[in-house]
Amino acid sequence: MIELRDIHKSFGSKHVLRGVDLHVEKGTSMVVIGGSGTGKSVTIRTVLGLVRPDRGQILVDGQDVTLADRDSFLARFGMLFQAGALFDSMPVWQNVAFRLLRGSLRRPREEARAIAIEKLRRVGLKPDVAELYPAELSGGMQKRVALARAIAAEPEIIFFDEPTAGLDPIMSGVINDLIREIVTDMGATTITITHDMTSVRTIADNVAMLHDGIIQWTGPVSRLDHSGNPYLDQFVHGRADGPIEAIR
Amino acid sequence: MTGPGAAGAAPKGTEDGRPGPARRLLAWLMAALASVGRSSLHLLASVGQVAIYAGLTVTHMVRPPFYGREFLNALLTIGYFSLPVVGLTALFTGGALALQIYAGGARFSAEAVVPSIVAIGMVRELGPVLGGLMVAGRVAASIAAEIGTMKVTEQIDALVTLSTDPMKYLTVPRVLAATLALPVLVGVGDAIGILGGYLVGITTLDFNAAAYLKNTVDFLETWDVVSGLIKGAAFGFIVALMGCFHGMRSGRGARGVGRATIDAVVSASILILAANFLLTNLFFAA
Ligand SMILES: Nc1ncnc2c1ncn2[C@@H]1O[C@H](COP(=O)(O)OP(=O)(O)OP(=O)(O)O)[C@@H](O)[C@H]1O
Ligand SMILES: [Mg+2]
Repeated sequence: MIELRDIHKSFGSKHVLRGVDLHVEKGTSMVVIGGSGTGKSVTIRTVLGLVRPDRGQILVDGQDVTLADRDSFLARFGMLFQAGALFDSMPVWQNVAFRLLRGSLRRPREEARAIAIEKLRRVGLKPDVAELYPAELSGGMQKRVALARAIAAEPEIIFFDEPTAGLDPIMSGVINDLIREIVTDMGATTITITHDMTSVRTIADNVAMLHDGIIQWTGPVSRLDHSGNPYLDQFVHGRADGPIEAIR
Repeated sequence: MTGPGAAGAAPKGTEDGRPGPARRLLAWLMAALASVGRSSLHLLASVGQVAIYAGLTVTHMVRPPFYGREFLNALLTIGYFSLPVVGLTALFTGGALALQIYAGGARFSAEAVVPSIVAIGMVRELGPVLGGLMVAGRVAASIAAEIGTMKVTEQIDALVTLSTDPMKYLTVPRVLAATLALPVLVGVGDAIGILGGYLVGITTLDFNAAAYLKNTVDFLETWDVVSGLIKGAAFGFIVALMGCFHGMRSGRGARGVGRATIDAVVSASILILAANFLLTNLFFAA
């Protein structure tokens, strides 16, 4: 279980998070939605310790993350970065198998390679992509490689930052189904950030909407369309007028 | 221009609301002083940060995990691929040195010192310093640009989430490789520099080949060479450390990476010259 309590974060004079409270039950899929620049990426980065919150507490399985042993803590996580963040100095398969080639999860090289190729297949990439370098791939292919890397070591908790941004509708469908499957079949706990309402409906057990630095609404995906929350309503229906200003 | 009411009140604002010249000068002076103070504080803070970073690097060197593959890669890019640059620098420097010492020595009929002074000058001073500076330009820049780009594109964050300490994975292999590679590069540079002097000596300065070599070997002491190699190791440490330090601190975007690259080369060069002075003092001051 992941719990964020009253998280605050400013960059200079910009107060991005103003008291975020978020609850993700074990084995469920949480989708975080919200306008561009509202702090969704920052929120999941705080959980991983990549951004230090100014105030507030983050608990994973009841334990404060700042007190946890960093190595064993991170070993439980997978993360898909919004921009992919592939290592451009190594071929695709070594990117995917990065965790399996070193550290506590280390396997023989051939085995790691086979797992990488299998994960690539699951994100819709052919085996011959394995030997290419990230710079030789299209943006959407890079994103899928990054996704394969996030799930390669089969972590318990996975964060996906816009997994379907930049993908065609068919590939988006494949990725949405994959994420759903990871939660249902493998029992992983996931937080997904997305702007795509189709993804929300496929992936989510629960939805949280971030705006003005706080979670404005959170609830099961079934209540998405009749939440009665003006922020969520405007967002779900993509209306220009409402409480959310277009310029921010 | 100034109205009668404003007479004798230069520091006050003029009628159009802009500050008067005296006040503007004062403001400018204050700003200049503040900027000097700020950059001094900034410099001190940076020195502290570099010291802490160096300490961390050294402590990480002796604690597992070790990344052998990264180390060998770094050894290849830092050491092997720097050979041409260092070799050519040494060759020309040795040649020029022979010409200069010959010309200088001729003023008091001491042309015969050319071989020994070229050798001593190369191995004690010019080999390590010029080698270090050339490698600073090449290696500190490339390390800073590479790590800076990784920082900007979130690859460093990705490393962390993949349970890999960037300090151990990126910094330690590079610093270790540079520290070990530079003495070798300096040794090769020394030999090529002496060769440069020798070639000039026997072709244009009418030295006897055998006599030149005998003079070189006779006057060169082991400590001359060893002290230069120790300097090389220190400079290698500085070069890679500055590359990593500034790369890791790189600001956002391409601008940030460019800035980090410049900072790495400049600070590595200055630190090499400062460290050279200190080490020379330590080794040779009477
Ligand atoms: N390292 C940083 N330094 C300064 N400001 C930052 C930093 N990281 C994020 N911000 C700021 O925090 C705000 C939230 O950024 P974040 O990346 O979380 O947005 P987001 O909700 O993920 O948006 P998008 O949907 O466009 O990805 C932005 O205004 C951004 O400028
Ligand atoms: Mg984002």
